[in-house]
Amino acid sequence: MTGSDDKSGRRGPLLVLPAAAYLMIFFVLPLIIVLVISFVERGRAGGVRSPLAPTIQYYIRLVDPLYVGIFFKSARIALLVTGVCVLLGYPLAVFIGRSPPRLRSPLLMLVMIPFWTNFLVRTYAMKQLLGAEGGINGLLLWLGLIHSPLSLIFNEFSVVLGLVYGYFPFAVLPMYASIEKFDLTLMEAASDLGANLRRAFLQVMLPLTFPGVLAAIVLVFVPVVGAFITPDIMGGGKVEMIGTLINRQFGVARNWPFGSAMSLALMVMVVAGVLYYLRSSEEKERPI
Amino acid sequence: MRATRGASLATGGLALRLGKATLALNAFALFAFLYVPILILIIFSFNDTRTVARLTGLSLEWYTKLIHNRDLLAAARNSLLIALSSTIVSTILGTLTALGMDRFRFRLRSAFDAVLYLPIVIPEIVMGISLLLFFNLAFFPVIELASGAKLTLGLPTILISHIAFNIPFVYVVVRARLVGFDRTMEEAARDLGANEWRTFWRVTFPILLPGILGGALLAFTLSLDDYLVTVFTAGTASPTMPLYIYSLVRKGVTPEINALSTVLLLASMGLVVLSLAAQRRE
Repeated sequence: MTGSDDKSGRRGPLLVLPAAAYLMIFFVLPLIIVLVISFVERGRAGGVRSPLAPTIQYYIRLVDPLYVGIFFKSARIALLVTGVCVLLGYPLAVFIGRSPPRLRSPLLMLVMIPFWTNFLVRTYAMKQLLGAEGGINGLLLWLGLIHSPLSLIFNEFSVVLGLVYGYFPFAVLPMYASIEKFDLTLMEAASDLGANLRRAFLQVMLPLTFPGVLAAIVLVFVPVVGAFITPDIMGGGKVEMIGTLINRQFGVARNWPFGSAMSLALMVMVVAGVLYYLRSSEEKERPI
Repeated sequence: MRATRGASLATGGLALRLGKATLALNAFALFAFLYVPILILIIFSFNDTRTVARLTGLSLEWYTKLIHNRDLLAAARNSLLIALSSTIVSTILGTLTALGMDRFRFRLRSAFDAVLYLPIVIPEIVMGISLLLFFNLAFFPVIELASGAKLTLGLPTILISHIAFNIPFVYVVVRARLVGFDRTMEEAARDLGANEWRTFWRVTFPILLPGILGGALLAFTLSLDDYLVTVFTAGTASPTMPLYIYSLVRKGVTPEINALSTVLLLASMGLVVLSLAAQRRE
C-alpha cells in the first residue's frame, strides 16, 4: 500500500458506509428476523404470536423423517446436477479454449446467450419440449415409434433435466476462464517427461484449472439445492425440494416460523458447503 | 528426432485426434441441447393455431396480441423501471464500496467483506422470505409508528430488495477490476499537480469504467430476470415481467408465451453483444 492510504484512515469507512448501512438494514436485519421468527409460535390466522414465549418445536419438526428426506433428496439432486454440469462442461470449455482464436469468441457467445437469457423463458422452453404436445412426443408419434404421448414431464427426471439445462452455462463459464489461462505446452512437457495423457491431465492440467472447477461447483450447487422455479414448473407439484417446501410455508400452509426454521437450515447447509469447498481449494493450491 | 519419440508421437497423434473428435462431438451435442428447445420455442411463436405440436401455418398473430396486451405492457414497464433504478443505486454504492475496501484498511473490514459475499452465496429463496418477514413485521410497523402511514408491499419494496441483492454483485465485478490497477498512474497525475478529485475523474474513473459498466450490466440483467426475491416482496398490486410470465407458464403452454419469450431472447442477445463490447474495452 502506498503512503497516501495511511494518512486518511477515515476515508475508507466513509466510502463503505452507505452500502454497509444499506446491507445492515435490508440484508442482515431481515436474516436476524428470520432467526427470531423461527423460535416464535405461529399465530392462528397465519402470522406469529408474541416472541416472548420462545419455542423450539419447529426445529424438532424439522428432523421428522419426512422433512429430512426432502433435504436429502434436494442435496442428492443438486449433487447429480452439479456432477453432470461439471463433467460435460469441462470438455466443452477445453474445446472452446483450444479452438482457433477466430472461432473462440463466437463459441463463447453461444454459451453466454443462454446465461444472459431469462431463466423462466428457458425453463418454459424445456417444459414445452417435454410436454404431452411437445416436440419430443410429436417426433416420436410422427415416426410411428409410439402411439400415445409418453409422460416425460412432472417427474424427478424432468426436474433434473431442467436444472441441468438451466445451470449448465454457469458451470462452463468459470471453467473456461481457468482453462483459457492454462498453458497447453505444459501438457507437452509432461508427455515429454514420460507421462501418458491421463496422467498429464490428472497431475498437471486438472490441478492447475481446479479453481475454475471449484467455482463451477459452487455456482451450480448453491442455486440448485435451494431451487424453486425448476421443481415447480418441471415437477408440476409432484417433485418436492427444499425450495418448494419453504415456498409452501409462506403460501398455502401459512406457517412462517416453520418456513423460517427450514430456511435457516438450508442456509447453514449451503454456507457450510461453500466454506468447506473454499478451504479445500486453498489446501489444493498451496503445494503448487 | 529420435525414433522412440517419433513412435510415441504417432500413437499419441492418433489418441490426440480421437480426443479431438470426442471433444468436438461433445461440444456439438451440448450446443444442440442448449439451443434446440429455444429454436423450437421461436418456431412455434409464428404458428397460426394455438397448438405447439405441429406447425400448421405461419402468422404474426401472437405478436400482435402481445402489443395489445395491457397487463403485459404494465409488467414490462414495472420491470424496466425497477431494473434501471436499482442498477443506478447499486452501481454507485457497489463502486464506492469496492474503492473503500480495496484502498483502505479499517476496523471491521474483514467482517464487512463476509457480509458482502453472503447475499451471493445464500439461496435466493431465503433472501426472499427474510425480506417478506422484515417488511411485514419490522419495516412497516416502524414506519407506521413513526409517521402513521400504512404501507404495503409493492414497487418500492421490490426496488429496495433488488438494490440489496445487486450491491454485492457490482462490488465483486468492480473489485476484480481494481486488482490489476496500476497505482503509479495516479501518483503520476498527482506529481503533475492534479488534486485528488481531478485524479479520480481523469485517471481512476476511466480505467475502472469497463468494470463499472460490466457490474451495472450484470445488476440490470439480474434485476430484470429476478423472480424469487420479487415474488415475496411484490404483494399483489404490481407484477414485474417474470411474475407475469410465471403466471402464464403455470396456466399452460401457449404460442403467446412463445412470442413473448422470443422478444425477451432477442433482448438478451443484445445484452450479450453489449457485455462483449464492454469487455473488449478492457
